[in-house]
Amino acid sequence: MSTEKSRLMKAWEWHEQRLPIGSFLDHSLGSKYPAPKNLNYWWNFGSLALFMLVTMIITGVFLAMNYTAHVTLAFNSVERIMRDVNNGWLIRYMHSNGASFFFIVVYIHIFRGLYYGSYKPPREVLWWMGVVIYLLMMATAFMGYVLPWGQMSFWGATVITNLFSAIPGVGDAIVTLLWGGFSVDNPTLNRFFALHYLLPFVIVGVVFIHIWALHVPGSNNPLGIDAAPADKIPFFPYYVAKDVFGLGVFLMVYFAVVFWAPNMMGDPLNYVPANPMVTPPHIVPEWYYLPFYAILRAIPDKLLGVVAMFGSILILFVLPWLDRHPVRSASFRPIFRIFFWIFLANGLMLGWCGAQLAEGLPLILSRIGTFWYFFHFIVLLPLLSWIETPKPLPASISQPVLSPAE
Amino acid sequence: MANTAHAHAAAAQGETRRDFLLHSTIAVGAVGTAMMVWPLIHSMNPAADTLALATSEFSIAGIAEGSGITVVWRGKPVFVRHRTAAEIEQAKKDDTADLRDPMTDAKRAQKPEYLILVGVCTHLGCIPLGMKPSEPRGEYGGWFCPCHGSHYDTSGRIRKGPAPLNLAVPPYQYINDTTVRVG
Repeated sequence: MSTEKSRLMKAWEWHEQRLPIGSFLDHSLGSKYPAPKNLNYWWNFGSLALFMLVTMIITGVFLAMNYTAHVTLAFNSVERIMRDVNNGWLIRYMHSNGASFFFIVVYIHIFRGLYYGSYKPPREVLWWMGVVIYLLMMATAFMGYVLPWGQMSFWGATVITNLFSAIPGVGDAIVTLLWGGFSVDNPTLNRFFALHYLLPFVIVGVVFIHIWALHVPGSNNPLGIDAAPADKIPFFPYYVAKDVFGLGVFLMVYFAVVFWAPNMMGDPLNYVPANPMVTPPHIVPEWYYLPFYAILRAIPDKLLGVVAMFGSILILFVLPWLDRHPVRSASFRPIFRIFFWIFLANGLMLGWCGAQLAEGLPLILSRIGTFWYFFHFIVLLPLLSWIETPKPLPASISQPVLSPAE
Repeated sequence: MANTAHAHAAAAQGETRRDFLLHSTIAVGAVGTAMMVWPLIHSMNPAADTLALATSEFSIAGIAEGSGITVVWRGKPVFVRHRTAAEIEQAKKDDTADLRDPMTDAKRAQKPEYLILVGVCTHLGCIPLGMKPSEPRGEYGGWFCPCHGSHYDTSGRIRKGPAPLNLAVPPYQYINDTTVRVG
């Protein structure tokens, strides 16, 4: 027995000397990656996002084995997956609801970063890679939603691709290029399928860079102060155990929806086959786009609406230079903390507005919300970094616990 | 390494033959890459069979005054409305109104009775309502786009809402009194 074990160990060491994959993983997410010892449960959502990415790729590959990217067959091939393919309903509901849960997890991950100042020096590039992942996720989810070729698929694709026609001069040529024709049609569906299959692997690549950039400064923490080596514990086993526990809780919620409310977040109109001659009376994007859709419709000018919508996401790239306050964590910034919650509430309100018809009260609220969204970034954050007096910071992560009197 | 060091020393003395080779290699590589990228991008533009479907013919004989039909051209709806005298008069009167995308009604309809338009909202591509009797025609009696609330008048001109342009007039010709070819 012991000789067998040592032979196995020898074989492993032989392999490690030639390709140190075990050592690489150990340094990435194992015992050689020291993480601050005070991380709370909001720090679970990074690994949950990675879990969802892997889940989406695996379920997606199996869906692709039964899906047909042609306008006359796509809708029926999805229905066949639901009715005839063994466990097809499970794989599809995991995938369609998985998109929603991926966004839930990533939104919490983003707002965690916003609250604890994880975008501030020296983590700006880490933050940028996160924003790139978010943009790629939006593009991937949009193209995936087109594939079932229902009414919302078709008209969502029409409205979103038409956003590019707002670009002066070359807009119409770009839209024709995107469509491969004069309207959303079979060439569009084909290329969306090709890109929907490609982009998740691009996301994997950017996630790799994201984690690489994370390992240069190490994880931020709820106090937002730099963690001394004495204040760190190895990622394995401590945070692996904590992440796995969080994953168990998350899976209960995710599968509760997959099993008992699989169409809760979907639009019933997408079970009507696409009809290029009939626009549904009320086109609504998936919930994770709603705040941005509200911003688009809040502005009564086509080009400016599109600019504001894209600008509302792109402004995240310069966030580290808009909020220059030296203290990272909102725990020590009482004024910033209030405006953080107002910003979050404003985002939820915009989301609600995006689901309503653009008239009356929702239109007024989305205009107020759009104003506040940009006011928060462009005026409030620079102003607060100038005037806000923070609460005193602890000297180290251990200090408030070991000697609270100091 | 020695060669590199030599090249750097030579360049510092003003000798630029290696610089020339380097830059011309990069230039040729960049042009070559661009020449390969364009065929790939252009392959995404409409293919020959898509372009071949670029005309549609239809009859306007059966359209009663005040109603219209929707025909398909290039995968898009084309509105054909047989306008009433009152609608034509209103459209002509509005030639001088405050128009976002000014165009006279005479330029928008070869025969004033038949208004032929691409039925795609110039905002974000929805199909405006107003072709069926049950549908709303908006505040100006033409078409109303339900997606984001654009109102078009009896000449298909944008009057209110986020759309920047009038409903487009497609290229068309009367082959005879009752047959029209679009495209």
